[in-house]
Amino acid sequence: MTWLPVRLARAALTMWLVVTFVFVVLRLTGDPAAILLPDDIDAQTLAFYREKWGLADPLWQQYLKYWAGLLHGDFGISFRNDMDAFALVWERVPKTALLGGTALGIALFIGIPAGILAAIWKDSWIDRTIMTSAVFGFSMPNFFLGILLILAFSLRLRWLPSSGSGTWAHLVLPAITLGTGFAAQIARYSRSSMIEVLSRAYMRTASSKGTGPVRRVALHAIPNAAVPVVTVLGIQVGQLLGWAVVTETVFAWPGIGRLLTHSVALRDLAVVQCIMILLALTMVTSNMIVDILYGWLDPRVRVGAGTAQK
Amino acid sequence: MTAEANIPARSRTISRPFVWMLSGLRRMPLLVTLSIAFLTLMLVVTVFGRFLQPYAFEQIDLLARMKPPAPLEGFTWTHPLGTDKLGRDLLSRLIVGAQTSMALTLLGTVVGAIIGITLGFVAAHKGRWWDEAIMAAVDFQAAMPWFIVALAVLAFMGNSMIVFLMLMGLYGWEGYARITRGLVLSAREQGYALAVHGLGATPRWIYLRHVLPNIAGPLLVQLTINFPSTILFETSLSFLGLGIRPPMTSLGQMLGEGRDYLISAWWLAVVPGTVIFLTTLSMSILGDWLRARLDPSLEN
Repeated sequence: MTWLPVRLARAALTMWLVVTFVFVVLRLTGDPAAILLPDDIDAQTLAFYREKWGLADPLWQQYLKYWAGLLHGDFGISFRNDMDAFALVWERVPKTALLGGTALGIALFIGIPAGILAAIWKDSWIDRTIMTSAVFGFSMPNFFLGILLILAFSLRLRWLPSSGSGTWAHLVLPAITLGTGFAAQIARYSRSSMIEVLSRAYMRTASSKGTGPVRRVALHAIPNAAVPVVTVLGIQVGQLLGWAVVTETVFAWPGIGRLLTHSVALRDLAVVQCIMILLALTMVTSNMIVDILYGWLDPRVRVGAGTAQK
Repeated sequence: MTAEANIPARSRTISRPFVWMLSGLRRMPLLVTLSIAFLTLMLVVTVFGRFLQPYAFEQIDLLARMKPPAPLEGFTWTHPLGTDKLGRDLLSRLIVGAQTSMALTLLGTVVGAIIGITLGFVAAHKGRWWDEAIMAAVDFQAAMPWFIVALAVLAFMGNSMIVFLMLMGLYGWEGYARITRGLVLSAREQGYALAVHGLGATPRWIYLRHVLPNIAGPLLVQLTINFPSTILFETSLSFLGLGIRPPMTSLGQMLGEGRDYLISAWWLAVVPGTVIFLTTLSMSILGDWLRARLDPSLEN
């Protein structure tokens, strides 16, 4: 049973690397106080703010303080408006979760059935239609898809709003924009996974036992085909968050992504740092969950990985 | 990892690439032909870019602002794709923008491939701590949405072309590293590598002359997967106003600018967007076709 501790140690190592990386990159790019404050400021005021923001200490002390702060849930103060950086980020989380969750829902709802259908009727016109749409879907840059949707549904047809987040109608276009590429990717993974499973010997066994086609697909093929798809999903969550930044900017959706582009433009170090660490935490956690799910779906992994890691 | 049976087939196709390419041409689907034609056009633009522009791309003509493109009412043949808010010729901007985007993407893809493949070989060859350290770096890279890291780094380092290039080069290396490591580990155990080793070849010789050509197929496929996401990486950053900024231009930067004129001049966004879309689409179609041809085991 070495499987879980090894996995946890890896997650912890990744987290440590991320936090250190964020610190190094954001601190070594120059004096934040000099960047943030106006150029003509006098030395005394500069020193005051450097002291206030903890920038006057040696770098290793800053690093330790930074860790101590993080472990206490203290992500620093937004340089721009003196608010707690974590609170600023946290109040945006529901909006991004709503957008990302809806997009993921759309992607799963379209992608999985499409992939399964394409695999069952492999090389038929159904397969070709689905797979051709999938190639178009994931080749479409989502900022461009967003703009095309705004042109069609907001400016020409005037059915849906192009920006903001007040009502459910506001969610439609951004969620479609963000979900389309993922639906296409999930369709491809489900298809290849299903094709592999359908050619296995146990499928023939099931068929010769007299199991009907619906039962065969639903109870024998899909659970086995789900394993690799789940793994891919875990990796894709990070990509989803990355593309959410662009989508939120296109539709002026007030989530984490827009806060990030805004903070980046204002050089608000504490907020950017907080967002990056929370994102990494989300990613590491989702990868962990996927690994655990994977072990649960496929008992061979638990045993295999445990012995492979000596 | 792969069945024994398809190893000789793959090494045969790689050892005679031209025969293989020519035999492929006859059976090539129309979509693939079109994709190759479009990518060739993009390559020509990348190489000759500035010699092809009808006007200097930054030349301002305030008397000819916001002209529509060819089929629309009010266009002129002097500006076949129309002009923007400063009267700059859209065709010229498109050519130079495409050149910038393509050149950066090609460079980024190649740098990423070299870093990843090298580290993959090192991890597989040295094993132990090297392997652990490189795989930890791979996990780290995969754990951070690199797009967001790039956003933060660019904001704090300022508008520097070198930083931007480094970020593009580091994008996607982990995919190559992971694939190379896995392929090398399984290729090493196969007859041909053991035989050459038995003949007294050095590891470097075995890897470069024997293993690399044998694993080139999957790596090429990875390249076609990586290329579209790299061009999206560049265009997205430039779209957000980071990355390529005025007075330079790229496809993403043009789209970002055009976004402000959706009501009055939709083509300013739609024309560069279409070029980005066609590029990623062509590369994906070509990649799928290559994958099916290089690795028949994937299909059944």
